[in-house]
Amino acid sequence: MARISVTVDGVQYVDDVQPRTLLVHYLREQLGKVGTVVGCDTSNCGACTVLMTDPDGDAHGVKSCTVLAMQADGRSVTTIEGLASPDGALHPMQRAFHEQHALQCGFCTPGMIMAAVDLLQDIPDPTEEQVRKGLEGNLCRCTGYQNIVRAVIAAAGAQRGAPSASEPESEPEAAPEAAPAAESAPAAERAEPAVTA
Amino acid sequence: MTAVMEPEVGKARLRKEDARLITGRTQWTDNISLPGMLHLAILRSPMAHARISRLDVSGAMLRPGVITAFTGADLTDRQVGLPCAWPVTEDMVHPDALPLAKDTVRYAGEPVAVVVARDAASAVDALEAIEVEYESLPVVLDMEAALAEGAALVHEDKGTNKCYTWIFDSAGAGTGGDVAAAEAEAEVKIHRRYVQQRLIPSFMEPRSVVVDPKPGDWTMWSSTQIPHILRTLLSLLTGTPENQVRVIAPDVGGGFGGKIGVTAEEMITFYAAERVGKPVKYTESRSDTMVSAHHGRDVIQDITLSARRDGTITGLSVNLIANMGAYLGLVTPGVPLLGAFMYNAIYKIPAYRFECTGVFTNTTKTDAYRGAGRPEATYAIERIMDELAVELNLDPVEVRRRNWIKHEEFPFTTVCGLVYDSGNYDAATDKALQLLGYDELRAEQTARRSAGDPVQLGIGVSTFTEMCGLAPSRILGALRFGAGGWESASVRVLATGKVEVITGTSPHGQGHLTAWSQIAADQLGVPFEDVEVRFGDTRVAHKGLDTYGSRSLAVGGIALVQACGKVVEKARTVAAHLLECSPDDLEYSAGSFQVRGTPGATMSIVEIAGAVNAAHNLPDGVEPTIDADATFDPETFSFPHGTHLCAAEVDTETGAVRIRKYVCVDDVGRVVNPLIVEGQVHGGVVQGIAQALFEEAVYDADGNLLTGSFVDYTLPSAADLPDIESDRTETPATSNPLGVKGVGEAGTIAATPAVVNAVVDALRPYGVSDIQMPLSPERVWRAIQGGAS
Repeated sequence: MARISVTVDGVQYVDDVQPRTLLVHYLREQLGKVGTVVGCDTSNCGACTVLMTDPDGDAHGVKSCTVLAMQADGRSVTTIEGLASPDGALHPMQRAFHEQHALQCGFCTPGMIMAAVDLLQDIPDPTEEQVRKGLEGNLCRCTGYQNIVRAVIAAAGAQRGAPSASEPESEPEAAPEAAPAAESAPAAERAEPAVTA
Repeated sequence: MTAVMEPEVGKARLRKEDARLITGRTQWTDNISLPGMLHLAILRSPMAHARISRLDVSGAMLRPGVITAFTGADLTDRQVGLPCAWPVTEDMVHPDALPLAKDTVRYAGEPVAVVVARDAASAVDALEAIEVEYESLPVVLDMEAALAEGAALVHEDKGTNKCYTWIFDSAGAGTGGDVAAAEAEAEVKIHRRYVQQRLIPSFMEPRSVVVDPKPGDWTMWSSTQIPHILRTLLSLLTGTPENQVRVIAPDVGGGFGGKIGVTAEEMITFYAAERVGKPVKYTESRSDTMVSAHHGRDVIQDITLSARRDGTITGLSVNLIANMGAYLGLVTPGVPLLGAFMYNAIYKIPAYRFECTGVFTNTTKTDAYRGAGRPEATYAIERIMDELAVELNLDPVEVRRRNWIKHEEFPFTTVCGLVYDSGNYDAATDKALQLLGYDELRAEQTARRSAGDPVQLGIGVSTFTEMCGLAPSRILGALRFGAGGWESASVRVLATGKVEVITGTSPHGQGHLTAWSQIAADQLGVPFEDVEVRFGDTRVAHKGLDTYGSRSLAVGGIALVQACGKVVEKARTVAAHLLECSPDDLEYSAGSFQVRGTPGATMSIVEIAGAVNAAHNLPDGVEPTIDADATFDPETFSFPHGTHLCAAEVDTETGAVRIRKYVCVDDVGRVVNPLIVEGQVHGGVVQGIAQALFEEAVYDADGNLLTGSFVDYTLPSAADLPDIESDRTETPATSNPLGVKGVGEAGTIAATPAVVNAVVDALRPYGVSDIQMPLSPERVWRAIQGGAS
């Protein structure tokens, strides 16, 4: 066992971990951060992507299945669960994914959103081709990526202060959404036994 | 409440589902943790065909954290074969598919032994301590070799590798003419062989299952598309009374047909939980998924088209060999039958014969994958229509137009005896041609050809229809399917006026929460925001047949409409009593009853729900509820259609293919939510493109899956794909009150031949008339060189 100190979604944890424990398993099993998921065992799918700071304190996207928990010692990690503001306001990327219908089953979504946030850190105003290239390491089987690309470009616009489209561009008949995503009521939970959280 | 409400159906409502999914507040099966829960790991066979001569798990038992380990022999008195619900013929060969191998393994990846431990890592670690010796047996992988005399047998006791032969002949069925006669008289006869490569469905969430073995109250959480079917079969397979079994499909990360089934892993986890008396969880790795979850396609198609020189088709015959894999899954033998009535597609074909032979090989079993039978059929007919066009020197659109059913000819009874209720193939095609800029691209193609441009341009056409909305129960019965095809819905108007819809469909990305809310809002006249939808838990949604075959809206959506109608009628009785009028004097609109000719005498359904809940003043003999259930069994399938066009550039020096423009015009009938429909089309088209260009499950000569991870199985990324330009025509179905048809599979069915036709079209001047999928640069380049494709 090795002792690590790591900040995850703004909370500092001190934990003993096995040297072989992967960051994603530490997040899911020890911290209950089950919003981050595992989709493959070869680092291809990117579903487990989180942001982790480097020694200079700059956050970058990492596939948490390819990082040992020990390597996160002294670092700060942001998962999909910590992306929204503490007051609950969604991150522009989360809003854009909702508004552009960039998710269906939602399994790749946590990793895709975190990878997209990372992408805009490097390229704040990307072209469609740059978005497609930039998300090459994240697989989605439902959407065909088209609305994901739209969402990332919309989020880039929102982050630069440009007005974000409130509806998909291709559907002029779209009714204005009554409540912005940040205020929409989360769907009530279905009856379940304890979920690690 | 105001009297006028804008209809919800047709609005691009943003999804209610998203709030949880974009914040990580999800409930995947692997997130479930129960007090005392143990973890299971499975040792899988590395051999494709072998006798297990020694198997010893005692070493594993001694490993840290291990509770128990067991083998198929330990389950001799307990385990039974996995179910196949579709014995397509009376004499179909149905080998016993034990969840845990007993003495022989028949594909690489077959479960051999199990470890249960306190944590997942300990369970996996302990697999290393299991000792197994295998005596290898001859492996049979090639379908035609498997059918040949003297072939090694996958199931020795069966004496054959043939599973079944199933035939449809329009002459015999009385639905059309005789193909042999048509072929004898044909002015043009074209024969082709197409091979549908094996695909891996590749849902993003690996499968996971948790079983809590409380006596009298068994609960299974599973990443499944079919919680209701699973509950019934789990009960039958284990002898546990059905009313003591609860199945929950919590959040499910995609399925595409790949999560239809009762799996070995579900049964093994059940047996393990039973043995240890504690909750047990199994979550597979992606490498496990690739070898153990069922695959799709893998069919050889011999197709013969007969026609007159004016392009009129006079006959069609199809001969299939379909790879079952080593065992049969839930609907494995029936998948080709779902395509059997679709080879004639949108065309008026007077004579048709279809024959399919299912064959066993030492491979992972196949079963339903998005489209299930219909992509294969559409591919073959749309490829050979292009060959007919070339033979007759006709434009590929024109040869189709000369044969397809005209709008005014609906309803149309096909050569298979199916009645297509509605469609407008001219409208969809004309719109698609315009969107693509067909004439301009043809001109550019000609220019590039005459200039000898190393980058050639091709245009691929795919006009398709599909039968979906599975399904009329009587037809399923006639096809020997083991279950019905109805769907159920319940509507509860709560005391506060909020509405709870319970549906028997089981979404895993399709957006039923949003779409069903829109339907219920319109039917009841309540706000979209006031509707919630519950599903996927057999204790809440007690009745249902789940989600597959583009059935949820066309069957489940109609059940919801009917349940809402019953609610309104119950409310009418109460409203008439409270408003002191006859029920016939009441008009219902926008959520309120109004007494005709008496302005102000109104009562909303919310007020009625409150009055019914109090039950202080109800008519005599009226139950204090307006809640209602409905079960809908469709009379026919639904038939979405569309035209997909692909313009592809082929670099003749490298074989690289670039999709320059992809246009699709789909007609899925009335659209409940255009945003969701567009998303389904995008995703479907991309899976079709992926079959054409990227994906293939490959085995080596020993039966090892070489494409056993996403390193080798090319799931396309965003960088590999074009933008899809999608549009619609809307020809409402006449077979259901919503006019809906279904959209889940359309894109996947249409896209593959559009892409391959485009590439072949580009390379016609090089003498290329076919290239085996997936069209890798190497295969394309070799085809250009005139080598084997």
